[in-house]
Parts: sequence; C-alpha cells; structure tokens
Amino acid sequence: MDRRKSLKAIALGTLSTGLLVDACKDSDKKVIEEKAIPESNVAGNLDRYPAEVEQYKKITSYTFFTAHEMATITLLADIIIPQDEISGSASDAKVPEFIEFIVKDMPDHQVPMRGGLKWLDIQCNKRFEKAFKDCSLSQQIEIVNEIAYPVKAKPEMKQGVAFFNRMRNLTASGFYTSEIGVADMGFKGNAPNQWNGVPDEVLKQYNLAYSEKELKECISFDVKK
Amino acid sequence: MGNLQVKAASKKYDVIIVGSGAGGGMSAYILANAGLKVCLLEAGPMFDPAKNITQLKKPWDSPRRGASTKLRPFGDFDASYGGWDIEGEPYTTEGDTKWDWFRSRMLGGRTNHWGRISLRFGPKDFKGRSIDGLGDDWPISYDDVKPFYDRVDKLIGVFGTNEGLVNDPDGFFLPPPKPRLHELLIKKGATSAGVNVIPSRLSILTQQINKERGACFYCSQCSRSCQVYADFSSSSVLVKPAMATGNVDVIANAMAREVLTNKEGLATGISYVSKDDLQEYSVSGRVVVLAASACESARLLLNSRSARHPNGLANSSDVVGRYLHDSTGASMSGVLPHLFDRKRYNEDGVGGAHVYSPWWLDNKKLDFPRGYHIEYGGGMSNPSYGFGGGIESLNGKFLVKGKQKEAGGYGKSLKEDYRFFYGAGVHMAGRGEAIAYKDNYCAIDPNVVDKYGIPVLKFNVKWSEYEIKQAKHMKETFKEIMHSMGAIVTSGGDDGPENDYGLASPGKIIHEAGTVRMGNDAKKSALNKFSQAHDCKNVFVVDGGQFVSQGDKNITWTILALSMRASEYLVDELKKQNL
Repeated sequence: MDRRKSLKAIALGTLSTGLLVDACKDSDKKVIEEKAIPESNVAGNLDRYPAEVEQYKKITSYTFFTAHEMATITLLADIIIPQDEISGSASDAKVPEFIEFIVKDMPDHQVPMRGGLKWLDIQCNKRFEKAFKDCSLSQQIEIVNEIAYPVKAKPEMKQGVAFFNRMRNLTASGFYTSEIGVADMGFKGNAPNQWNGVPDEVLKQYNLAYSEKELKECISFDVKK
Repeated sequence: MGNLQVKAASKKYDVIIVGSGAGGGMSAYILANAGLKVCLLEAGPMFDPAKNITQLKKPWDSPRRGASTKLRPFGDFDASYGGWDIEGEPYTTEGDTKWDWFRSRMLGGRTNHWGRISLRFGPKDFKGRSIDGLGDDWPISYDDVKPFYDRVDKLIGVFGTNEGLVNDPDGFFLPPPKPRLHELLIKKGATSAGVNVIPSRLSILTQQINKERGACFYCSQCSRSCQVYADFSSSSVLVKPAMATGNVDVIANAMAREVLTNKEGLATGISYVSKDDLQEYSVSGRVVVLAASACESARLLLNSRSARHPNGLANSSDVVGRYLHDSTGASMSGVLPHLFDRKRYNEDGVGGAHVYSPWWLDNKKLDFPRGYHIEYGGGMSNPSYGFGGGIESLNGKFLVKGKQKEAGGYGKSLKEDYRFFYGAGVHMAGRGEAIAYKDNYCAIDPNVVDKYGIPVLKFNVKWSEYEIKQAKHMKETFKEIMHSMGAIVTSGGDDGPENDYGLASPGKIIHEAGTVRMGNDAKKSALNKFSQAHDCKNVFVVDGGQFVSQGDKNITWTILALSMRASEYLVDELKKQNL
C-alpha cells in the first residue's frame, strides 16, 4: 500500500477492511485456532480483550452517586470549568458522567469523593442551613473560596481543600479529554501527517535553528500545499 | 469427571517454538523461510495491529480517558494484553525482595507496545568482565553478532544516524525525524552540561521499505501498535510473513506446561493447556525453541524435570533462573518556563523521543561500573486522564500572563492557567546496566501453582550498591541538564539514600534477561554460543534468557539478532543431521 493510499484509508477509517486484509487471507487459512476478540460495546469501539469487556459491563451495571450527589458534582464542575469565550462548561462536556464512571473504575476515589461531598453539605448546613446544591450562587462561591486556594485556606478547611483539589483534577481530566476540551486546548495532533520539524516562526521565536547536520540527515517533506 | 486425557496432535513438526515475541517471531520467520514446518505456541490470543485497533482513537473513545487499569497498566489505549498482575497467573517473591514482572499474553507479546528503542550492543557490552572484572564475558563478541544486526536493520527497519561512536555502533539507518522544540532545548542544555545528544534509534519506518508495510504517519502512538505496520511488532512484521509461507501453524491461547523429553533425554515436543477449553494437549517436533521471555523460558525448563534431567531441563549447571537482571531506571520531570503560553501545532512526531543521549563517560573516573543512556520526553501531548493534574502546585508559583495568582482556584481564570501551562513539561529517564549476579534469581516456588496447575516462579533479586550509585549519578546529571536548560524540577528531584535515589525496583523497566545464559563452560552456563542447550542439543532458547549481560541497551534488537543467528545455525544443524 503506498503512503497516500494508506493515509487516505486511515482518514476514511477503511484501512482495516482494505488492502491489508487481502494480504493476510492466505495466511489466515493456516491458523489452527484463531481466537478472535469478541466485539465489545465499549465507547469508540476500542480493541478490548475479554476480561476488559467483563470489567466494563460490571462498572456500567450500577450507579454510584445519588441524584443529590450528582447535582452537587455538576454544580462544582461548572464552577471549576464554566463556559467562557473559548469553550463550553464542564457539564457541556459531560464531565459529571465521566466522574460517575471513573470513581467506579478507580475505587480509591469513592470514599474521598462521597465523604468530601458530605463534608461540603455539612459546612453549608452549619453556615446557611442548606445543602450546597440548595444554597444561592453567592453562598456557594463563599464556601468554594475557602477551599479552592490551598496556600491561603484556613487550617480547619484543609479537608475541604483536599476534596476540592481532587474535584478540580477530576474535572480537568474529564473536560480536557472531551471533544470540547481538546479543541479548547488547541491540541492539533492525533491525525496522520508528515512531521517536518518545528515551524519556522516558532524556531525564530525561541532563537533556534536546525543545524546543518540535522537538516542533512533528518527526513524532510515538501511543504507545498 | 472423566480421565485426564492429553490430546496429542498427529502432525509432526520440524520445530516447536514457544512464544511469539521478538525471539519467537524471528525464529519462526527464519525457519519458515528455510522451508521447515513450524508450530508456534502463544499463551495469549491472536493479535493483528491492522485489526485490533486503538490507534488514532479520540481521548473520549475511552470511557476512562486513557487511564490505566490492572488490565492495561500503560493506559487504556496501550496495545498490550496482560500486565503486572494477571488473574490466575501469580508469582511470588522471597522475603522483602521486590520483583515486578510484566507479561503480555498475545501474538507478538510485548513487541506490540514496546518503545521501539533499537540499540545494538557495542563491543564493550560483550566483554564486561575483561573490562572491570565484574559479571562474565559473553562467549561471543560484537563481530560475531554484527552481520546479524546489519540484517535485522535492513529486514525490520530502524532510523538513526551513524555517529562513529565506539560502543554505540553504526548501522543501516533510515533518516531520523527532526527534533521537536523541547528536544532542541534539551540538546542545547545537555550539550552545555557535557552530555552528548544524538538522534534516537527507533524501529519505525520513516521511509517505506517493502510493500507489506506502510511508512510512519507521525501520530506518536507506537505503543498502540501501528495499523499500517510502520513500526516493529513481531505480530505484524515477523509472524505474519512467516505464516504466509504456509509453513507455520500458530496455536493461540496455548500455555506451555513442560518440554517433553524421551529416555535419551532429548526433547520431543511441548505439552500445553489450552486456555479456551482447559484441556491438555501436546505437539511434537524434532527441535524445541523457547522464546517465552527470560523468566517464562526459565520457568518452563525448571518445570521440565525428568530422570535424565532431575534439576530441570538444560540445568545440570544449576544456572537456569540465575543471573536475572533488569535495566536500572530513574527519572525526573520539570517544566520549561520559556515554553509557557506556547504556540499550538502538531508536534506528535514518532512514538518516542527523536533524540537521546548514549552513555558518554569513562567509568574509571566514577564510583560505579557500566553506563546508562538517557531517554527524553515532553511537549504538547494528546490529553488523557490526569491532564492538568496538580495545577495548584504550578499556578501560584509562576506568573500567568504576567499576573501573580493565588495557587489553586477555579473558573475562567483557571481555564486560562490550563492553557498557559500546556506543553511546557520536560522529562528525562535513565536506563542503565545492572551487573548480573548469580544470587539474583527466580526459582520454582515449591508451594504455589497457577490456575492451570503449573508451578510458579518465586523471585529473589536485590540491587547492589553499584546500581544505587548509578541512580544517584543519573539524578545529578538530570538536575544539571534541567538547570542548564532553565527548567524547574517538579518531580523526582528529592530522592536520596532513603529511597535508593529513586531507583526503580527490579523488573519495572521490563528488560529482564540472563536466566538461561550462554557460555563456553557447560558448568557455568545453560546454552552454548549458538543459544543451544549444553545438556540437550535439540533445545534452543532465543529470548532474553540467553543474555550474559545487557549493556545499557534495550535488549530487543539483540534478541532479534541472536534469534536470527541461532535459527540459522539450527537450520544448518538439521541439514547436517546433527539434530
């Protein structure tokens, strides 16, 4: 398969049914026992082996967070990553759904998340006589301000800081790995291309240049479009 | 429950190979092309990078966004089936010693996800004892292996440059990719710290070399295995063409139990349990080639006891399982403030660093023997689980767009911070040579079997002062390079004697070797210089087990060269009717 065809096939997602399959027809007959991996229903049709399919089914067969907890998670996630002029919010990117999945996949998150949400509700209840989700926005921000800044937070708020750090990290993980978040970050890769070195204007910006040796020995591609 | 019946295959093979990774794949390729009838046993399922695809999937195609699991320890997109901890296949350790054992159960084994770092050993790497009195010399020299390295370079393809370095020999290289931005900065910083930086040597096709395989399209995802076969995986590059000769039968999900021997003590075949139906099977052949990985091949030999081989097959020397050693490893991460708020463009490149540092010093002036090389990382990578983690330790420390902020935070300001710090990370890892000691070993655990009833390995490996001093030196070097390039260390900078300077526990680097070593003296080695058992002439071991030592060079390229060499010797011996 030549390069242009293979790139096109990859772009179209037809490669696996294309030329490469023809090439292996003969050899396939010689396999005594070919063990195909069963098709899985995992998102994105990632290649999975049987133990993984089982694990996925197990994780998705039940719900971990209560409706109350999910509402709180959604509010917090959108405080951490709200809509701005560049991209949407955490809930636009389905971050709460990601958090529901990941705490089941990584059970170490479960107690700190459940306990942290409870800690937050207790704090709000003491102060405002309401759970966090039922507080006004200004009340929510008042309490968030006391746990969102690890260095200046008061000692008695440290458990809240630990929870908020975790919540911030999970929100960032969920958001920046979503379609919305990847676009926000401006990530340009994960696509067939020809690496031709650092763009000229970037080299210039950092006062760098490829050496004669590098230019001579490294692969380069025609850049005409 | 009926009688336990072993189903014997009626077909008689010339050669039975156990394991389909670099060693087994190469052996199958050479033997099948020589016209021999080969049966290739693999303990996992079939795998074809063109069909079993995670490459180019989006981060959100993984519900865990690429995070690792016990079933995929290197992340959800990684191509390996298996891991450190496989259900029903335990291993044990002696006392407080540590050993981590990574196993890929699939056609092609660990070559489907490996780093593609393809370094030849140099002349000194075969003669360690002659140089510093430690370990042993190999029974062969660089000149014996050079013709095979040359052929492996051409057959499989590797990019790099001829630098004329004494112990990092020149080869037949495809052109390397140009360095990325952070790699140019590393090169500048390391060079001024006295550390040589040259193009990497990776088995990735920057140019097409045959019709069966495509050229690299620069997605940086070799660890996911390449659907156009532009990188080296034994599954796609060796086993598949071997099968196309019509001379190879692959039996997948076949967990080898024992090497079968006759009254004369010669091997007659392999008995195995099928993971599909849990039934017992056997296949017979004139020669048995073990390539199950250094530790699995040792396990198989030790479990193949008979009246003629009471200490396990090929083990009258009692060295099988001994001299087990892994590469040393230590690492450090940092951020490069001049890369904050950087311009976005696709800098994926190939799957791995475009530059590296081969060992550059003279041990006579150092307090440890042998060397290490440095692998580099960094840049604008594909977002995955953990992205932006720990922002609270960055955004109060550095000005963001000229503003001093309070660490932590939330909201629009936080979104600005994530964008600002993206792609500014830099990483370095050392990979060094450990001395192979007789007292570092794996042996059969007398008390434990796996779920197939096969006795398991118990590991007993400890680092010596030499490896710890090497790690200390790595850390000092990394700090110097970081400092020289203006980077701020963010992790791995605080290691000290209390944690062996961050030295990874043995096994972690997944370069295990030495357990079935070769040598001229049958009392001190299991194999002769052609990877053939001293005690049993029709048994060969062609994986990392045969290594006497491993330099600071990732071992795959040498496994391939030695397997090619042993397999051609095997063909000759069969022709001469010596086997």
